[in-house]
Amino acid sequence: MAAFEIVAREDYSDVTFMLEIRHPLMARAAQPGQFVIVMQSEHGERIPLTIADFDADRGTVTLVIQAVGKTTREMQRECTTGTALHAVVGPMGIPSHLGQAKKVICVGGGLGVAPVFPQARAFKQSGAYVIGVLGFRNKDLVFWEQKFRACCDELVVCTDDGSSGIKGTVTEGMRQAMEKHADIDTCIAIGPPIMMKACAEATRARKIKTMVSLNPVMVDGTGMCGGCRVKIGEGIKFACVDGPDFDAHEVDFDDLMSRLSRFKETERDALKKWEESCRMRAAADAAATMDRGAPGSATQA
Amino acid sequence: MAAKKKTIRNIPQERTPMPEQAPLERARNFKEVALGYTRENALVEAERCLQCPDEPCVRGCPVGIDIPGFIAKIAAKNFRGAYDVITDTNLLPAVCGRVCPQENQCEGVCTVGDTLAPVAIGRLERYVGDSAIREGWVNLPYIERTGFRVGIVGSGPAGMSCAADMAKAGCEVIVYEAFHEPGGVLKYGIPDFRLPNEVVDVEIDKLKQLGVRFECNTLVGRLFTIEQMITEMGFHAVFIGTGAGYPSFMGIPGESLNGVLSANELLTRCNLMRARDFPTYDTPLQPGERVAVIGAGNTAMDALRVSMRLGARKVYCVYRRSKAEAPARAEEVHHAEEEGIEFHWLTSPIEVLGDAQKRVRGMRCQKMALGEPDASGRRRPVAIPGSEFEFECDSVVYAIGTNANPILGQTSRIKLDARGYLETDENLATSIAGVYAGGDIVTGAATVIEAMGAGRKAARAIKAYLGLRDTEIVYSAEQPCADRHFGFGPEVHGYARVRTLRAGIEPRNIASDGPASRR
Repeated sequence: MAAFEIVAREDYSDVTFMLEIRHPLMARAAQPGQFVIVMQSEHGERIPLTIADFDADRGTVTLVIQAVGKTTREMQRECTTGTALHAVVGPMGIPSHLGQAKKVICVGGGLGVAPVFPQARAFKQSGAYVIGVLGFRNKDLVFWEQKFRACCDELVVCTDDGSSGIKGTVTEGMRQAMEKHADIDTCIAIGPPIMMKACAEATRARKIKTMVSLNPVMVDGTGMCGGCRVKIGEGIKFACVDGPDFDAHEVDFDDLMSRLSRFKETERDALKKWEESCRMRAAADAAATMDRGAPGSATQA
Repeated sequence: MAAKKKTIRNIPQERTPMPEQAPLERARNFKEVALGYTRENALVEAERCLQCPDEPCVRGCPVGIDIPGFIAKIAAKNFRGAYDVITDTNLLPAVCGRVCPQENQCEGVCTVGDTLAPVAIGRLERYVGDSAIREGWVNLPYIERTGFRVGIVGSGPAGMSCAADMAKAGCEVIVYEAFHEPGGVLKYGIPDFRLPNEVVDVEIDKLKQLGVRFECNTLVGRLFTIEQMITEMGFHAVFIGTGAGYPSFMGIPGESLNGVLSANELLTRCNLMRARDFPTYDTPLQPGERVAVIGAGNTAMDALRVSMRLGARKVYCVYRRSKAEAPARAEEVHHAEEEGIEFHWLTSPIEVLGDAQKRVRGMRCQKMALGEPDASGRRRPVAIPGSEFEFECDSVVYAIGTNANPILGQTSRIKLDARGYLETDENLATSIAGVYAGGDIVTGAATVIEAMGAGRKAARAIKAYLGLRDTEIVYSAEQPCADRHFGFGPEVHGYARVRTLRAGIEPRNIASDGPASRR
């Protein structure tokens, strides 16, 4: 089987890291808004990750991952440059529809900053005026600010504690941008569901077309399992093949959030078990070092 | 010294039972339920075939296996010979012997079945298939390369059978699969206790030996389109066998509660992703203590029995019609009943009930009665007023069928029918020249063997399209050779020669036999 080699890795903080994966075909096919499904190992689970960047010339796609659960923590430990992932499939989902947008506000919160980038770049290339609003908890977690500056006409960085940019959440950044520009016609918001919900509320009154990218639990990513079903207006849609982009004003975010907690307990157990095995391994490593160290120090003495 | 003619009176009267794991033991493990015939079982059962001249079973088989032929070989203790006969038409006897609904096909029309229980054709086929796996038999035909490239989308039963035929016809065949492992529904859907994944792997290996290449992790439509396969990637023909796979829900309240899932999701997590071995494997699957499965088809039976094996205390089947209308194989319903699954016939769900944490806590249903026959010919279930009732459960699994998968419709110009399935003509050709389709993505949910039949039918059409002779005209030593070359008349040119290598017959002998008998 083809190996999916990790050609570059960069750590943005102690939880966020970037993997650049060699996949020339996908690098050519990928479009903004699409996602991949990744398996780190043969025993791994299939996790969906939105494509954060793609480069047809380099033949690579870029993923930004936040180590929160067992699988992503394990990836953080195992996925170093030169290693390979067991499986990467994609690009999946319907590409974002850029439409005739003239003035766009691209909102990314936390990890959502990464997948909003290809859309911001595509809007810029299509000639739109692009306002970027990026939200992080604090200065240490900020990443890709320069990358965004290169494709945004304006950029607002927001941090919860004000350690970088303005103090407040992305909705504060959006409020300022919307006050300044009355003619914003499109909004893209990607981030935690609670943030996307707030963004949807922020634009609803002004009737700004707002798209969000949903990332529910899924298995195959091809429409086959139905695990990723989301409530959109009155209907049920599968995020994997009917999305992942949906009209934010139609999305039932409460339903999405409750469904995301579906495996909360099993996930917590898995993480606990994994941390325990990490701890034991670290203890064994430390003991081994001590064993090796002891005779050495004895001779020195 | 012809053997005494067999009659309905002098054959073994009873159908040889299939050795099985005891119901209550097997309901808690994932090992195969049906253990398979012993050699002795197979020999006795083979005696029951009358070798009747009109062979209704062959016509009853979607791929037309020479059933009396292979049974005669078993009776003569020539098991390898039986395998050779089956593999002339069916590459996957170990799979089909297990999962075909024989009672509606070969066994349903068996002459013996008019008077006694029909010959256990499926069990005999499985015996032959399992023997081949055990002994390592492979029938690799002599293949002459044609230079044609055929792309196959989907590695399930339709794709596998089409791939086999196209490889035998000398084409370079690449099968694309979106999952990380090939096999399609045989891997993710059908549980190990009915069809072990190792059996599927052996069959896939046989395809690889025929030269078929499998490319996993490839989502056709999105990574490249069907059109690109023809215009840019150098494929002379394409077969689409992606399956239906877009599970239906009912649209009743409570379907997005945690604990409601499709049978596809349950089965995929358990079978392909090995959630049953959590946490050795990472994929989670919240096991329910009390599981209700809606539907009574084969997928529903699999979901019920998987739930039991995952450790549920109570497993209920909820179906709005009666047992007589249940689409599942009778054998599967019977197995499920034996394992302690509770069937609630004539019961229709109205609402899934949830608790404050948005988890399933139960279901509200109503009782039904059968009314007039509907379009499907089955009597329409009608709600009985005032019959609503509630029961407790913590997981609800939907196994009520699937809709068409939209990916190919979204990504190509290929013509769809009104329901979103791929539209084909009687030869399974789609609206794009050189592109054929078969299986669930054309017909909607059906069986493994029907998909395999469609794969083979499409292969015939693709061969005609490419100008290749059909591999069903197989040169075999028994055919008269006078005035013919490799079984074809002298007027036929440009065929792909395909011969089956049989034990003891070297290819050179076959080649020299032809001209020799002409002299």
